[in-house]
Amino acid sequence: MKARSAVLLASLSAALVAFALTSPRVVAADKVDPATDAKAFQNFFFQKFPDVKHEDFVNGPYSMNADMKRQWQEKEEFPPYEFALDAGKEMFATPFKNGKTYADCFPNGGIGIRQNYPYFDTKEGKVVTLELALNRCREANGEAPYSYVKDEMASLTAYMAFTSRGKLMDIKIPDDPRALEAFENGKRYFYTRRGQLNFSCASCHVQSPGERIRAEILAPALGILNAMPIYRSEWSGMGTISRRFVTCNSQTRAVPLEPQADEYRDVEYFLSYVANGLPISGPGARP
Amino acid sequence: MKRSLNLAMLFALSFAPAARAASEADYKAAYAAAEAASKEAAGMRNQWTVTVTALAAAKKAGDSGDFDRAVAASKEAEALAKASIFQANSEKEAWKAMEIR
Repeated sequence: MKARSAVLLASLSAALVAFALTSPRVVAADKVDPATDAKAFQNFFFQKFPDVKHEDFVNGPYSMNADMKRQWQEKEEFPPYEFALDAGKEMFATPFKNGKTYADCFPNGGIGIRQNYPYFDTKEGKVVTLELALNRCREANGEAPYSYVKDEMASLTAYMAFTSRGKLMDIKIPDDPRALEAFENGKRYFYTRRGQLNFSCASCHVQSPGERIRAEILAPALGILNAMPIYRSEWSGMGTISRRFVTCNSQTRAVPLEPQADEYRDVEYFLSYVANGLPISGPGARP
Repeated sequence: MKRSLNLAMLFALSFAPAARAASEADYKAAYAAAEAASKEAAGMRNQWTVTVTALAAAKKAGDSGDFDRAVAASKEAEALAKASIFQANSEKEAWKAMEIR
């Protein structure tokens, strides 16, 4: 009888210990933890592609394919985004009608700050992207906003990215539940399947980087925004982050959201944060 | 036995009503159903481009009086919209399976 009680007591204790050990994990899994997410995200790519230098992921498909990389390096001698860079530099320095310039709207006069965008604005309670901040600057100075998907915005962001080249992505998530929610919403958007083709962003850029989709080699999600904006041969022109999101949605046969919709701002926040520590390489060039 | 069965089938078929051409009322009912499902999908921020295309084709056919084609396109649009609603609902939880942890 004594032995039976002892076995029962031991089983009960073991069950309690097991419960105590597993419970916190369940709670932790439900908690929004951007730092842990970013570490897991980066490790996934570092382990999947052990031969790719960490800082090389920002070069998208060129980090996955040696032949393409050689072609790109040659192309970089006369980069196709150069005209946009020149236009952006001129636009950036040209005063608005009221005499002010973009430099008046940004920290450090807008030079070398790309790596800090998007940021979470605690006053507004939302994510503010660089494209959004540029248009807000224009409107605050009495100018009409630019289209988020056309050349002017791409030129401006190309110049600003260029002044940040080599600086490490440094996105902050303030201790604010709304910021954590924005990060989580961005993460959900990134992994959610949509469109008739039933693709999520992750279907291509997590599950299949380095693989071909028709003639193209898919870029890894890690560092994918560090190269933005990009000149795409397919577009015969420059494209902003907004344009990239809109096009990706259309390609899965999903009706795109309006540029700078909350979902797009949040997914930009998520993707940029998980690329913290990787260099800005924009503007980029892609096939 | 086999011959009499064939004859019976032929007899039965000869009295079966021919497929009725769709009317304007059929089209309007089918289009309204498709439009309602499409609006629901759009409200979930999960509209598909093919739904929009099928709805537009239904409207175009309906406007030109081709109600057979209009009803077929409306039904296709409704089916696509319902599939996108199903997708949006199932992805509320399913996305987590794809997450890198």
